[in-house]
Formats: sequence, C-alpha cells, structure tokens
Amino acid sequence: MFDNFPLWPARASTAAGNVDALYIFLIIVSGMMTLLVFTAIVIFAARYRHRRGVLAEQIEGSIPLEVTWSIIPLGVFMVIFVWGAVVYFHSRTPPRDATDVYVVAKQWMWKLQHAEGQREINSLHIPVDRDVRLIMTSQDVIHSFFVPAFRMKQDVLPGRYTTAWFHATKAGTYHLFCAEYCGTQHSGMIGDIVVMEPAQYEAWMSGGNTGPLSATGEKLFAELGCATCHRSDTQGRGPTLQGVFGQPVQLQDGRIVTADENYIRESILDPGSKIVNGFKPVMPTFQGLVNEEQVNALVAYVKSLSGASAVKTNTAMAQPTAPAKGNQVQ
Amino acid sequence: MSDSQATAQTSVHEDLHSPALLHHFATEEQQRNASSFGMWIFLGTEVMFFGGLFVSYLIYRLWYFGDFGAASKSIDAGLGATNTAVLICSSLTVVLAIWGAQIANRKLMIGSLILTMLFGLAFLGIKGKEYKDKFEEHHVPGASFSFEKVPIPGHPDQYANPRHAQIFFALYFVMTGLHALHMVVGLGIFTWLLIMAWKGRFTPEYHTPLEIGGLYWHFVDIIWIYLFPLLYLIDRHP
Amino acid sequence: MSMATPIVTPVEREDYLNKEYGVASWLLTTDHKRIALLYLISITFFFFIGGFFALLIRLELLTPAGDLVQADTYNKLFTMHGQVMVFFFLIPSIPAVLGNFLIPMMIGAKDLAFPRINLLSWYLYIIAGIMMLHCILTGGVDTGWTFYTPFSTAFSNTKVIEAGLAIFVSGFSSILTGLNFVVTIHRMRAPGMTWSRLPLFVWSHYATSIIQILGTPVIAITLVLVVAERALHLGIFDPKLGGDPLLFQHLFWFYSHPAVYIMILPSMGVVSEVIACFSRKRIFGYHFVALSSLAIAVFGFLVWAHHMFVAGISVYAALVFSLLSYSVAVPSAVKVFNWTATLYKGSIHYDAPMLYAFGFLGLFTMGGLTGLFLAALGIDVHVTDTYFVVAHFHYIMVGGALMGYLGGLHFWWPKISGRLYPEGWARLAALIVFVGFNLTFFPQFILGYVGMPRRYYQYPGEFQVLNVMSTAGATVLGIGYLLPMIYFLWSMRYGKPAPDNPWKAAGLEWQTQSPPTTFNFEKEPVVTWEAYNYDEIDTGHKEEVKVVG
Repeated sequence: MFDNFPLWPARASTAAGNVDALYIFLIIVSGMMTLLVFTAIVIFAARYRHRRGVLAEQIEGSIPLEVTWSIIPLGVFMVIFVWGAVVYFHSRTPPRDATDVYVVAKQWMWKLQHAEGQREINSLHIPVDRDVRLIMTSQDVIHSFFVPAFRMKQDVLPGRYTTAWFHATKAGTYHLFCAEYCGTQHSGMIGDIVVMEPAQYEAWMSGGNTGPLSATGEKLFAELGCATCHRSDTQGRGPTLQGVFGQPVQLQDGRIVTADENYIRESILDPGSKIVNGFKPVMPTFQGLVNEEQVNALVAYVKSLSGASAVKTNTAMAQPTAPAKGNQVQ
Repeated sequence: MSDSQATAQTSVHEDLHSPALLHHFATEEQQRNASSFGMWIFLGTEVMFFGGLFVSYLIYRLWYFGDFGAASKSIDAGLGATNTAVLICSSLTVVLAIWGAQIANRKLMIGSLILTMLFGLAFLGIKGKEYKDKFEEHHVPGASFSFEKVPIPGHPDQYANPRHAQIFFALYFVMTGLHALHMVVGLGIFTWLLIMAWKGRFTPEYHTPLEIGGLYWHFVDIIWIYLFPLLYLIDRHP
Repeated sequence: MSMATPIVTPVEREDYLNKEYGVASWLLTTDHKRIALLYLISITFFFFIGGFFALLIRLELLTPAGDLVQADTYNKLFTMHGQVMVFFFLIPSIPAVLGNFLIPMMIGAKDLAFPRINLLSWYLYIIAGIMMLHCILTGGVDTGWTFYTPFSTAFSNTKVIEAGLAIFVSGFSSILTGLNFVVTIHRMRAPGMTWSRLPLFVWSHYATSIIQILGTPVIAITLVLVVAERALHLGIFDPKLGGDPLLFQHLFWFYSHPAVYIMILPSMGVVSEVIACFSRKRIFGYHFVALSSLAIAVFGFLVWAHHMFVAGISVYAALVFSLLSYSVAVPSAVKVFNWTATLYKGSIHYDAPMLYAFGFLGLFTMGGLTGLFLAALGIDVHVTDTYFVVAHFHYIMVGGALMGYLGGLHFWWPKISGRLYPEGWARLAALIVFVGFNLTFFPQFILGYVGMPRRYYQYPGEFQVLNVMSTAGATVLGIGYLLPMIYFLWSMRYGKPAPDNPWKAAGLEWQTQSPPTTFNFEKEPVVTWEAYNYDEIDTGHKEEVKVVG
C-alpha cells in the first residue's frame, strides 16, 4: 500500500495468497464476533442502566443457550483449524523438483549456497516462478528464516537440517529477517530476497561461478577419503552411495529409515548412531573436521548420485518410496 | 486482666482442645485433614518436579539406546541395590515410629526415628562412595569426561558414543543429586521431629507432624525406587 | 445544667491495620490480610521496574535506528521487562493480593489453612525479588524471558544463572500460594458454604491454584537443568554435546503456556464479582462459568507446543496441538457470553470497577480472538515471532489481567483500606487506560502482519509510523497507571471513611467490617443463601429466579 506506511505486506509467493485469504476470513469472523459482543454490551449497558425503582431480573441461566454458544463457536473454530491445517500442509510440503538452496545461519549473518554453486551472504537471488527449497542449519544458536512477503518462516537449528520452500511470483526485493532471538545483532541479521525474471537470473548466475555445489562435494569426498570405503561398487567397507538418497535404508537394529538430508548429515557427523544392516561400525566421525558448508556440499554430492529423477524428500515428512534396490543394502 | 485470671483462662482453654490446635482451625480434625492434604499436594508438586527429569531421561534413552545401556552398565548396581534396601528399611522404621506414637510407646517411637536417620545417613554415605567412583573413572560430565571404547551391551563390536554417554551421566548426577538433596532435607525434618518427640510433644491424639514427615520420607523412597531400575538396571544382559 | 449537645468522639474500631503497630508486627504477621498488603507493596514496586523497562523499549522504538541504547542493552531491557512482569508482577498479582485478602473471608474462614506458609510465600518472593534486582543491577540478562537454549546455556555472556535461580525461588512462592488456596477452599469453608455457593472469584482461584501446583515445578526443573548445563556443560540441551534444544522448548512451554492461564483466570474471577454487583443480579450460567475455569486449567496443559509450530516439530504434532488449542478457546468464549448475558435485564451502575470490567470484556475478547489467528497453523507460520504475538499477549495480559486487577483493587479498596477512593478520578483513569492501551497495542497487530519481528531494536524505516503510534499510546497508558497509584495513596489519608458494604455487594467478605478485624468474623457464619443473592439484598426478600429455555 503506502510505501512509507505499509499496512499489508507485499504478496510475492504462491503461499502468500493462501495465507492472506485465511487471514481475511479470520478478520471478518473476529470482527463479527467483536461487533456482536460489543453491541450487546453497549445496548445492555445503556438500556438496563440503573433506574430508580426498577429492579434487576434474576436469571439463572439457560442450558440451550450455553450449548448453542459452545457448539457454534466450536464449529467455526474447526473450520478455521481445517483451513489453517490445509494451508500449513501445503506450505510444508515442497514439490518434488524444487531447486535446492543450502542455508547456514550464524551469529549474525546468513550464508547461502546455491546448488549451482553461487555463494551469497545475506541475500538470495532466485528466479520468479520456480520452486525453491531451503535446506538450513545453524552454526551456533537457533535462528529463524523469515520472509514476510512469502509468508514463510522456519526456525534454523544447530545440529540438524530444517527445510522450507516457496514459489516466488513477483519480481522485486523483499526483506529477509531473522525471527528467533539470537543475541546482540539479532535485529541486524537481515537481508534481501531478490526475485528476478528468468533471463536476469540466468545472467546473474553465469557471473562468477565456482561450479555446482555437488562438484565441490565430490572433491571433498575424495579429499577426505570417503571414496576408500564408499566405492561405487559393493566391494567397499561402507555401503555404496549410488542411488541411496531418498530411498529406505535398513539398519542393523531392524529399523528402516529414509536416507534424507538429515540422515546423510548424521552419517557424516555421528556415524555410530545408525549402522546400515550388514556393515561393521567402523566409520570415523567427521565432527570437527568439516564445517557446515562442507557438509552441505557433501550432501549435495550424495544427492547428485541419485540422478535427476531421484525422489527429493522433505526432511520433515519423509516418505518411503520404491523398495530398496538389491545392490545397495543387504 | 490479672495474671491469675489469665492463667486460669489459659488452663481452661487448654482443657477444651490440645495446645497444638491453631486458632484459625475450628477442630483438631480439620487441622489434621488440612495438614495431611497439604502434604499430599506438596508431594504432587514434587512428582511434577522430578517428572521433567524422567521425561528427559525417557527421551534420551530411546534415542541413544545402546549408549545409555553401556553407561548404565558402568555404574555399580550392587551399591544401588544396597541403597534400595536401606531406603525400604528406613520407610519401615518411619512407620514404626508413627506406630510408636499411636500406642504411646516412647522408646519405639524415638528409637525408630533414630534408626530412620541412620539409614538415611547410610544411604548418603553409599551415594558418596558411588560419586567418588564415578569421579575417579572420569565419568563426571565436564572437561575431564572420558568414555572411550566401552562396548554397547549386546553389540560387542560397537563402542558407545561418548557424547551420548555423557548425557546419561548428566542425567544420572542431576537425578540422584536432586534425590540426595531431598534426603538431606528429609534428615533435617527428622532431626526436628526427633527433638519434638524427645520433648514429649507427640501423643496418640496428636502426632500429625510425624505423619506428614513420614509421607515426605516415603515419597523420597518411592522416587528412588523408580530411579534405581531406570539408571542401574537397563540392558543388564548376563 | 446546660443542654449542651454532647460531642461524640468517633471511636476508632479495632481492625487488622491498627491492631498492632511496628515493623515486626508486619514482617512477622500471619494475618492473610497483612500479607496481602505486603504483597501489594512489593508487586507494585516490581510493576514500576518492569514498566520502566517498557518505557525505555518504546522510546528506543520511536526511531528505526538503534540510537537510544546499545543492542546488548536493548536485549537486556526486553528480557528483564518480560521476566519482571511475568514472574514478579502478573503471576502473583491477583492471587497474592486479592486472593490472599479475600478468599478466607469469602468462604467464612478466619485465615488460610497455612498462615505461616503464606508468610513464607511472601518471603520467598522477596528473596527472589532481591536476587532478581541484584541481577538487574549488576549487568542483567539478555536471553529473552524465554531463555531458549543453546543461546542461554552456551552463548549468552550475561547473568543467566542468577536470573534463573531468582525465578526458581519465585516459583516456590507461587507453588505454596496455590497449595494454600487449594487446601483452604477444600477444608475451611464455613458450614453451608457448598461448592455451588462459592463466589466465582473462589472458583477461578481454585483453578489457578491447580495450574500453579502442577505446572510451576516443571519450569523449576527446567531452570535447574539450564543452570546446571550452563555451569557444568552437561549437554542436555546443546547439540554440540549430543543434546536437543527442542527438549528445552517442550519443557519450558509445558509450564509457560499454563502460566498464562495463571495470569488470566484470577482476573476472570474479579470480573464475575464486579459484573454481578454492578448489574445487581446473579451471573448468568453460574455453573458454566465455574466449570469453564476448570476446563481452561485442564485444557491449558494440553496445548504447549502451539508455541513451537515453526520450531522444527513434525507436521503431525503441529496438527494435534493446533486442534487442541481451539478447544481451550471454547470455555473462554463461554465466559464472555455469560458475562454479557448477565447485563441483560440488570440494573447497571457505572462505577469505576464496572468500567474496568467493561474494558476487560472488550479487550479480552479482542485478545482472545487473535489467539484464534495464532492457533491456525497457516497463519501462525507468518505471524509467530512477530509483533502480532506481542500484541496478542499484551491484549490478554494487560488489557485483560491488569484491567481485572485494577478493577478488583477499586472494588475491594473500601474493604481493604476502610477508605473510599475518589470516584471521578477513578473513572477518568479507567478511560485513559482503555484508550492508551488500544493506541499502544492495536498498531502492533498490523506491524506484526506486515512483518516486523519481535525483539528488534532497529527496524526498516517503513515500520516507523506504527511504532510511533504505539509509543504515543504507551505514554497515555503510563499516565493511566500512575493516577490510581496517586489517588489510592491519597485516599489512605484523606479518603472518606468507607461503610462496611458501600456497594451493597453480595459475598461474605462484605459482611465484615471495613477494614476487617484480624479474625474476620465475630462468629463463624452459617451460610443459607446462594451466591449473588442480589434479589434478597435489594428487596429484602427472595425473588423467583428465572431459567430461560
């Protein structure tokens, strides 16, 4: 609305419309309820003000009325709940072919790594009309990635990945805020989301390239000696990682887990916690030997081994897909 | 009024009810019920207090199943079992003390109170030995914590993750430490009860402080009865 | 002999205030009424401290740049504003002042069940308060009142342990008060005072006490763990040591959500008493209002993770907690409807307590409705951790709880002090508070939706206009709070002496002297009438009580 005095945030993503619709519905419902109660109070207060010789009428109550004004609000609340749940579900379920962007939050800045390789600090360039999935972790305390124009917010935790996604619909520059108090410069941990037309985005992408993130990961994979045990055949001391991402994995204790980003990350930093069935617990931990960005690169590499048609999963809601292929896990 | 009048009034007053009746209560029964109810509610708060620790323990035990098993195996179940027996005996002596008051057997009452406190001290002594052992084995969380190459029970080829084991020990020390603190408070309460008993304040009609002190002691005992198997006895395969 | 008109010297009646003088008689008292006054003075002190921090916060937020105080200082300001207001003002306020003073009298008892424990509660509060003050004066704490890990355990450089221990001690004060109330209400009711004849003020404090008893120990143990982790690096909440920061959040909110019901339920009790008295009729749907207090207490324990919808919990957990959160809204709505229905065919007076009750009805309704927004998952993702939430909880805690507290103070002031406050000034103050409040906090709803996050001391320029409005409102609100402070004090010396029942209100407390004697009643009352028997009071006889439908 007004540039200096906005009363409504910009609407720049597919989610924004959904959230705004529910919000407006709630404003209308609350407004009606408020009006109802306020009107009743004002009318009663005026009409029944104390007058000499007029007594109050003692009324015990009314069970039908109590039931009515319990059931009707409950019904309205259930409508709001379901609507809110549907909007939430949609905003929590990234589409399958979303472009990945890895985010590392630290006091007090945002570090972003595109899958194509670009690195950014405190800004994120993305093209209009593309599904983008953020895979985020923190180096220190809890932060929160908040883009009001996208109606999107997700806490960023140390020690694990959390994900979020959006689909930008309007070119422009929008605020990025940290929304979880994180210390001294919490209010300084802000940035820009720059949504560009596809042509401009291509132009931006081609300038200054370090190669795709997965290539960085591949290099690290060799440098750190991962390839010694995780060979591309099944002869290694560790399971092969070809095609493993997104698939169910059977563990030594009988559990079956899905190999999502958090699983890969945990396998690197805390390998003893989940041993794949049929393998010995000999993998050393790389905690302290790799930083968060390097872990992101390795994860991107492992994902790339599953090919373009691999299932991309939302770490918050892992869904097992096809049964495990014979040459991966025993 | 004159002194003699005041004294006369007081002794008439005391004939009407026990000197222990507080004036905002209408009857001694009301006072006794209120005291007892109050202690039960307080114990309810204690359940919620320890409850947070039990919930944390439960969650980490499920996440770090093997590591917790390995850590649990390293604490002395013999000492723990001894302590369990000690506490159960102490609860028995508490009941005997109350019974002694109920049948006006001063010797039984005071003797049982003293025994209870001795058992309590024994418990704390054994706990102290356990803590000393943990300190020497470097199992106290902190800079000098070490838990290398300890096999997970049932998986001899796998070692426990020291970071996860450290969480077990963190919970172990907080839970048993908090319990021990409650024991110390209990000993303080019983010291006071012993003094009151010695002075002859308890009669078959009035021994409410003994009853509610006893309730507290039993509660501390019950907390231990939950702590013992959870901390000492998980994953103890032969 | 002359027929001179005899000069009648007013005999000063003995009451709880003049029975004994001297500091010791106050500091060692076991009289629930004196303890209530001790609390009144102490919580007012902390209200000023918390309010001072709020003033500095709003002054800083007048401009987009961080130019009044440094970032670290601002972080300490909002942290300590929250801690002081929540733990040292709101949670004790009505129970420790009005509850302590009134509950024994309302049920016909001489005192609470455990008067010495009552005094101990106050001393624990004072010790906690001193610890908190010391923490504030020697550097303060900057974790936010929610002290999330791992920031509070491994990163903050401020006095987290001291603040944590202060709150721990204050928790025990709260627990003991709750314990005292529950035993008192169960065991000390006068003959004939059945549960169905209890004033709704007592019902609401009963429900509050249940929450205090069951919930507070959980934050106590959480604080123990945070302090232990910070001091000894245990790793329970720190991912670098294998712990889980979300475990902290679950433990914290398990108490802190029910805590907000500790803050609002007593206020609802006050509103019931005031509306009944100034409408001259029973509360519509007495049983429903009584039971709704219990329902709020119970359901309030089931919804804590609605503070964690974006924290990293699973979608399914979020669905469950969102659904349950709507359940707790129903009893609150039921109360508002019953209070409104009470006005119907009443005989309504507009004295200051009633103006505060009207204000409560309006502001609590608005605040409660915005809770519906937050419980809706799709909306919460956008507005959580923004000023929308700040506005929501201030509507309830300030617009609701604080208005109820002020209304109650006015209503029972004649009983407590034996004096009448100046009615004209009181009505003006109520109006100023209402206007100032809305001006302060309504813009914050808009600010939140537009995207201004919480706990920000610098912000993008386009948020300035709304922030300036909010600060302007805060100034007005501050004046509204200062006025009662001044005229209550004034009335203790210069106010008109109050009759025993200036409002002709129902309730056993009004059948005592103003101010009451130390033991409240000459003889133990025997109750044979229903609560809110305004028909008998106004006409001298019982009227037929209608049941509609």
